[in-house]
Amino acid sequence: MTVTTGHERLVDIARGARLHVVETVAASKAGHIGGPLSAMDLLVALYFEQMRIDPSDPRRPDRDRFVLSKGHSAIALYVVLALRGYFPIEELVTFDHGDSRLQGHPDMLLTPGVDVSTGSLGQGLSAAAGIALGAQRLERDFHTWVMLGDGELEEGMVWETVLSAPRFALDNLTAIVDLNGLQQYGWPASSGDRFDRSEPLGHVDLAAVFSGFGWEVRVIDGHDYGEILAAYEWAERRRGVAGTPSAIIARTTKGQGISFTAGTYKWHNGVATDEQLAVARAELRDRDQAEAAR
Amino acid sequence: MRAQREVWGQTLANLAREDERVLVIDGDLATSTRADLVADQAPGSFIQAGIAEQNMVGMAFGLTTMGYRPWLSSFSVFLTHRCLDQTRMLVSQTKAPVRFAAAYSGLLNGSSGKTHQDLTDIAIMRSMPHMTVLAPADEVEAEAVIRWAADHDGPVYVRLARDAVPPVFEESYAFRPGEPRLVNDGDDVTIISTGVQTARVRESVRLLAEQGVSARLVHLATIKPVDERALIAFVAAAPLVVTVEEHSVIGGLGGLVSEILAPLADAPPLERIGLADGWSESAPNGFLLDKYGLAPEKVAAKIVDLLGEHKTRTLQ
Repeated sequence: MTVTTGHERLVDIARGARLHVVETVAASKAGHIGGPLSAMDLLVALYFEQMRIDPSDPRRPDRDRFVLSKGHSAIALYVVLALRGYFPIEELVTFDHGDSRLQGHPDMLLTPGVDVSTGSLGQGLSAAAGIALGAQRLERDFHTWVMLGDGELEEGMVWETVLSAPRFALDNLTAIVDLNGLQQYGWPASSGDRFDRSEPLGHVDLAAVFSGFGWEVRVIDGHDYGEILAAYEWAERRRGVAGTPSAIIARTTKGQGISFTAGTYKWHNGVATDEQLAVARAELRDRDQAEAAR
Repeated sequence: MRAQREVWGQTLANLAREDERVLVIDGDLATSTRADLVADQAPGSFIQAGIAEQNMVGMAFGLTTMGYRPWLSSFSVFLTHRCLDQTRMLVSQTKAPVRFAAAYSGLLNGSSGKTHQDLTDIAIMRSMPHMTVLAPADEVEAEAVIRWAADHDGPVYVRLARDAVPPVFEESYAFRPGEPRLVNDGDDVTIISTGVQTARVRESVRLLAEQGVSARLVHLATIKPVDERALIAFVAAAPLVVTVEEHSVIGGLGGLVSEILAPLADAPPLERIGLADGWSESAPNGFLLDKYGLAPEKVAAKIVDLLGEHKTRTLQ
């Protein structure tokens, strides 16, 4: 992980958030790990620095919108929403339980702060484009952010939206691609492997593709807060003036932040054992204390 | 006589001028669906989405979150089959007020053949939670249904026919959602039909009368949610109930009526007329209606046969 000076607060928040993800999934005995951890720094930067939101008024009309198109990373979004104050952190233990507001995939009718229901992959960008188009028609002053997974880009519907969004001049729309290089099971290893599987989009020049469809593109390190926040600021500055949508391709590591989950497709989902939880706690929570003591 | 698609295009053009929430999103079929009337008369309310129906549904959903009431312009088959998952998750599960204007529904689609025919849309859409499913009989009812749907706070599927049919209802007709409508009274058999097939069955009823068969005809424009008690009242004393639809006999109107009658201890016998489980073909309307048993004469003859069979069954 690259830690840019000045972003220690965000790094700390993300560390705690990652621990909540692993602990919540362990308590619920079901859920995803790898994707939520790869997306976490991007989410923390959005919710704690970038987006204009008001947790005390989740439906405020002028709020920035966020769509988690890779809906199976719901637990990452729930943790960030809880830490941001949309609902009590204690409620995280209800994740995936019956009668819970925290469903396995985000439900806009149930969870405060969730703008769009997602889960079936490939649909979030389209929904976000509709929101952005509505905002543009109504001259509303907000930004719509949407996060997609790289595996998700295999869905054909994504490209219907990538193709059409520039036609509507949606410069109030930013797609963030969490390019963690792994999917649930993935493709057989071949030359150019990353980790133990080949990357879903390893053969694709993704920046060139988005650019070729008419998007403006930035490629960043999705764990470097300096690069993340600069890219968000760049996208926000384009709003209302650029005339084309923005894409931020964020290079990330699946399972980022914990030694035994980082970079392995097998932790796409999984339940940590007590021993593994202890390791995660040591690496994520005690690291500060260890470093402070030193 | 105006075709339902023309009624839809003109009604939406009128609605769009009155209400800025109304949008028409086209999947590049505007000259067929008659969304071009909206593009011409209310251009600010017309959005071209291109040949990308899944994205069209997704964007329509997004627009509803901003307060819009979008109508989708495409052929029935693409809205119900190609976008099924988008409709399921983004519209049905969220109760978003997206309106599906399903043009070219059923068998008669301008000789386009089985690739463009949609004979299972009712089965699909009525199983979709929170979806209101409407199938108007003629141009008068089409306009009434469209105006009602425009104000409805939830998703609506409106089944529209490509070609004009003889009028069933007077200009004074008022649509009441859920209500089965008595078109003709009689006591030998009760026929239930939906959509523009009702216009053809009306002719069947006339042909039956010539043969001494007195048929009650009930039109069901609201497939879902239907007033079940009212429907049961219409069939309670019937010696035989026959459903007739320009749709598969699996899961459509016949399926719906079966579900309603099955729990009744004294349910009347029920027969379903519609498309058999299979695919159709490219042909002019007259050929298709005749071959697939939906022409007025074919329906009348089939009902005479069914009445005979059921009389025999009663005697045994």
